[in-house]
Amino acid sequence: MQISGAQMVIEALIAENVDTIFGYPGGAIMNVYDEIYKQNSFKHILARHEQAAVHAAEGYAKASGKVGVAMITSGPGFTNAVTGLADAYMDSVPMVVISGQVPMSLIGTDAFQEIDAVGISRSCTKHNYLVTDAADLPRILKEAFYIARTGRPGPVHVDIPKDVTAQIATFDYSKPVELETYKPNINGNLRQIKKAMEAIAEAKRPLFYLGGGIINSNAGEEIRKLVQMTGIPAVETLMARGTLRFDDPLLISMLGMHGSYAANMAMSETDLVIGLGARFDDRVTGKLSEFAKNAKVIHVDIDPASISKLVNADFPIVGDLKNVATSMIEIAKTTIDKERYTPWLDTIANFNKLHPLSYKEDTVELKPQWIIQRVGELLGDDANISTDVGQHQMWTAQFYPFSRPRQWITSGGLGTMGFGFPAAMGVKVADPSRVSINFTGDGSILMNVQELMTTVEYKLPVINIILNNNYLGMVRQWQTLFYNKRHSSTDLSIQPDFVKLAEAFGGIGYRVGTKEEFDAALKDAVEKNVVAFIDVKVHRLENVMPMVPAGGSLFNMMLEYKEK
Amino acid sequence: MEEAARRVISVIVINEASVLSRITDLFSGRGYNITSLTVAPIPESRYSRLTIVTSGSVRVMEQITKQLHKLIPVLKVIEHADLVEKEMALVKFPISENLSDISTLCSAYNGNIVNVSEEVIIAMVADEPKRVDYFLSAVKRFHPKEIVRSGAVALER
Repeated sequence: MQISGAQMVIEALIAENVDTIFGYPGGAIMNVYDEIYKQNSFKHILARHEQAAVHAAEGYAKASGKVGVAMITSGPGFTNAVTGLADAYMDSVPMVVISGQVPMSLIGTDAFQEIDAVGISRSCTKHNYLVTDAADLPRILKEAFYIARTGRPGPVHVDIPKDVTAQIATFDYSKPVELETYKPNINGNLRQIKKAMEAIAEAKRPLFYLGGGIINSNAGEEIRKLVQMTGIPAVETLMARGTLRFDDPLLISMLGMHGSYAANMAMSETDLVIGLGARFDDRVTGKLSEFAKNAKVIHVDIDPASISKLVNADFPIVGDLKNVATSMIEIAKTTIDKERYTPWLDTIANFNKLHPLSYKEDTVELKPQWIIQRVGELLGDDANISTDVGQHQMWTAQFYPFSRPRQWITSGGLGTMGFGFPAAMGVKVADPSRVSINFTGDGSILMNVQELMTTVEYKLPVINIILNNNYLGMVRQWQTLFYNKRHSSTDLSIQPDFVKLAEAFGGIGYRVGTKEEFDAALKDAVEKNVVAFIDVKVHRLENVMPMVPAGGSLFNMMLEYKEK
Repeated sequence: MEEAARRVISVIVINEASVLSRITDLFSGRGYNITSLTVAPIPESRYSRLTIVTSGSVRVMEQITKQLHKLIPVLKVIEHADLVEKEMALVKFPISENLSDISTLCSAYNGNIVNVSEEVIIAMVADEPKRVDYFLSAVKRFHPKEIVRSGAVALER
């Protein structure tokens, strides 16, 4: 088939079963947009900022497990999208981002809206391509999707000069991907798995350390089974929330900087860390030399570079978690005696009793944690939960009752404020039957607030719950704790009227000061099924606790802080 | 912390646009050292071979190797233990210096005079990097005007 480069992009997206893409047109990508106009196979959602388009594609990918697709123009279109690429790279989100570029003849001349896009995206993508000949496009696009979704998933950026989108060449998408230099190892070494299982059978205080890789490899079911049949307790990282049901008796909660006392103590006391798709991030480990000091380490990951990067693995296993967990389950059937770990479970129960995750109710003001728990009570499994970044994000991770993988959508590695609203929009596209909630703060929501327009236009009823404390709360908390209360540039007393703001775009706004008002607002927003802002005035000085100060040891937690 | 030792690695990559920047970006982005780097196509293949002299602890070296492997166009990473390593240097001397003295010194370091013009003498040596160091300090008395080193290339024994 002889078609133009622009038509090839369309044909490739159709061949990849793409149903929705997110984007923003501009000069260099116009040929492709012209072809988008002519087709009916997939939907294009016009975000109102390129960064939001990429975050929406991320939300879509995280909720569906499919490759998210975003399309942007050259120059500023691309640079606006970089934050989204970096975010997807840090959180291993499968994504293909296609950008326009100035024509080949103008590359290197500082042409209008020219920027060295692949030069910029190299360090924040899994791979990238500058297409110099339309004849290469079918192969490159096919490789891009393949690389994005296989191995450790990640974003792939394809930069296409405008003249290449006009060039006519042969389109054949049937050739299988052949990459002799890229062959991810998906089956873990069985002998190594057996050794690891022997170590588990011999351990007295083993601990599952569950990470986001479980979600990426769709291994949730296998991991639930493995945990249940071994009777070994588990902690989850921020990215793994939802792997185990919130009420699973073996789930100790999240660990790390804002992990629960019991989770962090369990990690400090364990004699065998069973790391599954987790990467020993600094927000998880605290001070490395004190982390799980007396433990051996099993580390299963699809990315060899994640193994022994920060914490030495005694049993390194490179492979896809779904396969490895299946092998582990098989072996566990005959080798693991559940009873063995009962004393260990008692110890953990004591940790839990000593300092459970909690907060103090206030008679006058609403507590943000209550709001989150309340949404959990009212919507539970019927909602997908996105967040922005900051205090509200940590409280949501701590207090929302997650019940399944892919229910929880957050920016973990990069910590991108402004992620939540567009991501929740992508989530709604991927899973329209569930309510899409975005817990956000009064700081975060203003970064990408323009997506009110997109969500209203495309009838994507995201409910944004703004936990409004008139502060950049997390930074304010650090200033309170570590900078002698010098609240430098964190006071957000001057704010827009969020109710009117939502209404200005055609959404609906609620101002909430009491529990009753909150219940009524949430109920109304869900029933009306429209884009909503629920502006909740919460206690201004509430802190996220417990807290392991940056660089501190996990067992040295601040459990509470009293404002004087 | 472990001692950062000098190490030599060879990287076989697909010979395509921007592959070199992928490698150097990885080094700079993750804070690894590059002491020297040479690159040239492997004859009759679609690959190029890079020889990188770097330094780091065992853990850092393991990360460098793994991170290089993670780059899509990288076929093979060889961390050399037992290797033959050579480096070339070209040195330019004023014509007023003693030609035969320079020539004798060069031959001791596996080299010779490669060019003599009206104004300059150019000498070449090819030897182990350490010995190239020695050569370069030995020729100081001939007032070298310009020195260029190639960076090391290496083959496993």
